[in-house]
Amino acid sequence: MSDVAVGPVRKPLALRFPSVMVFLAILALFTLGVTILSEGFGVGVISTSFVKTLGKTLCLCLVALAMDLVWGYCGILSLGHMAFFGLGGYAIGMWLMYARTEIIVLESLAAAELPPTPQEVSDGIASQIFGVVGASEFPPIWAFAHSLPLQLAAVVLVPGLLALVFGWLAFRSRVTGVYLSILTQAMTLALSLHLFQNDSGLRGNNGLSGLQNLPGLSEMPQSAVSLWFFWASAVALGLGYLLCAWVVSGKFGSVIRAIRDDEARVRFLGYPVEAFKLAVFTLTAVIAGIAGALYYPQAGIINPAEVAPIASIYLAVWVAIGGRGRLYGAVIGAAFVSLLSTWFTGGQAPDIRLGFYTISWVDWWTVLLGLSFVCVTLFAPKGIGGLVDLFIDRYTPDRHGADLGPDQGALREQEAET
Amino acid sequence: MNTLLEVSGVSVSFDGFRAINNLSFQIAEAELRAVIGPNGAGKTTFMDIVTGKTKPDEGRVFYGDRGDNLLGMSESRIAQIGVGRKFQRPTVFEDQSVFANLMMALRKRRSPLSVLFFKPSQEDNDKVAELAGEIGLSSALHRKSGELSHGQKQWLEIGMLLAQEPRLLLVDEPAAGMTPAEREHTTDILREAAKTRAVVVVEHDMEFVRRLNCKVTVLHEGSVLAEGSLDHVTKNEQVIEVYLGR
Repeated sequence: MSDVAVGPVRKPLALRFPSVMVFLAILALFTLGVTILSEGFGVGVISTSFVKTLGKTLCLCLVALAMDLVWGYCGILSLGHMAFFGLGGYAIGMWLMYARTEIIVLESLAAAELPPTPQEVSDGIASQIFGVVGASEFPPIWAFAHSLPLQLAAVVLVPGLLALVFGWLAFRSRVTGVYLSILTQAMTLALSLHLFQNDSGLRGNNGLSGLQNLPGLSEMPQSAVSLWFFWASAVALGLGYLLCAWVVSGKFGSVIRAIRDDEARVRFLGYPVEAFKLAVFTLTAVIAGIAGALYYPQAGIINPAEVAPIASIYLAVWVAIGGRGRLYGAVIGAAFVSLLSTWFTGGQAPDIRLGFYTISWVDWWTVLLGLSFVCVTLFAPKGIGGLVDLFIDRYTPDRHGADLGPDQGALREQEAET
Repeated sequence: MNTLLEVSGVSVSFDGFRAINNLSFQIAEAELRAVIGPNGAGKTTFMDIVTGKTKPDEGRVFYGDRGDNLLGMSESRIAQIGVGRKFQRPTVFEDQSVFANLMMALRKRRSPLSVLFFKPSQEDNDKVAELAGEIGLSSALHRKSGELSHGQKQWLEIGMLLAQEPRLLLVDEPAAGMTPAEREHTTDILREAAKTRAVVVVEHDMEFVRRLNCKVTVLHEGSVLAEGSLDHVTKNEQVIEVYLGR
């Protein structure tokens, strides 16, 4: 790995890890480029819906960073991080839906002779939102939906607390490896099954919709809204990258990579392994929650299928294809695979006619993805990010102090020089 | 001399097999002790119990001035209060540099938050450099430890243990797979370490034990068979029968 050096000379983070500077520069250029080409503030080459796709991709890159931190660096193969992503989306979606419906209800009630009572307003909003699942009262979990600051706090707190409790139970019992992966799958499955129920209080399988319409900003065209969200996503990704780079750079990074490689040994060094795992698991859940809160207003709709087990498996596939254990690898993987997936499943990819059978990519894309995942695992475990090593190694071949042979019996560098 | 570690009446079975059977012995502060015994005598299990990896069925293990019972503690807690362990197979973090390995082992606060905000001071860097000198890896400080030779990895692990500043050092077969020159160096490191702390060495190799020149405990079928100088125990009839005679 190229960016793991921990030396006695402490240079600023950016200098120790040139990849951070390179990444931030590319992200800034990309953001600028999209802005110039957009419909909202630029020449209009990129459509608003594609700006949204790019903004969503940046959010997926952010959650992939979280996945890389927890899996690539700490060795916890969590197959449940999209649950935290979804929870972040639901938390912000509740406020968006509430506030927008409130405006509509107030408008319609304004025509009445008497000013509406707060109870009438509340009932009006509730029947608007929950009519679709046959209810007309607010469930208790909507208690804070009227307040943007509280729901923003929920974006961080709900995934964070769930991860804290789940992680505490799992790590304390020393559940590791494939068993932990299964447990996280069970968690995300349980969550999605719960949300599918109409009486879960989050509109069952209808989910929350109309999230792209920001309350109070109805005059702002979607072309502008999409760019604001795109910028916010880019800033979040940049900050997330800096945070992750800082976390993995120092001794903390050393310890979590050591936990990944030999957990028992780290315990005998005196480090409370469970506390470290819990810290990483919770931190990454919070990052995933924030990514979700930025993603779903751009997607416009969130429903329980978004937290289905398969979503978290896709996340792991992105990170594996991009190259785990390096932050830019996760970003490359998420961007590359999710954009490719959009292209294939959007029907834009030309079908392949074999005469007797037509390969339609909408159906065959998942097969291709599965095959490439298997191939990456078998033949290129470093993923796409591994290509960067080929490039760097060409310029840094000189490793002083290395043995010329495999053991002490072989000729050493000092001897060879004299 | 004060007793640092007291193992008292410890027994443990795995699936009915009694690995340790009513084992009792004591180790004083700043003592070098060799533990020998045939395969399956319970040498490694004894280390597992002291370091918290295995919970015994019965018995007690006291440690330190206050006589803390180690049995209720987690592995990391036991390591924090000063019990260091070197494994048979060298286990260093191969993906990381020698420097990072030593820095991780350095005696510092171990909680996630203090590790996250940790910045090595000049003193810490000097300490690491000094340790690297002691274990003969000064020039390899920035190499990945996975690139080191087998013997160098063993030393690195010993260096990591010294960095932890343990009061009790448990060393499992330190000379395994080493060249004669490396063995010599390892003996020196261990004897030097035993001047300021207790060191328990589990070893098969009689020549190596002889060079350590210390009190020897012979284990057999999970309990102490004989104790004393190497010459004393090698004259013991039972010891000759179960171990040396074969």
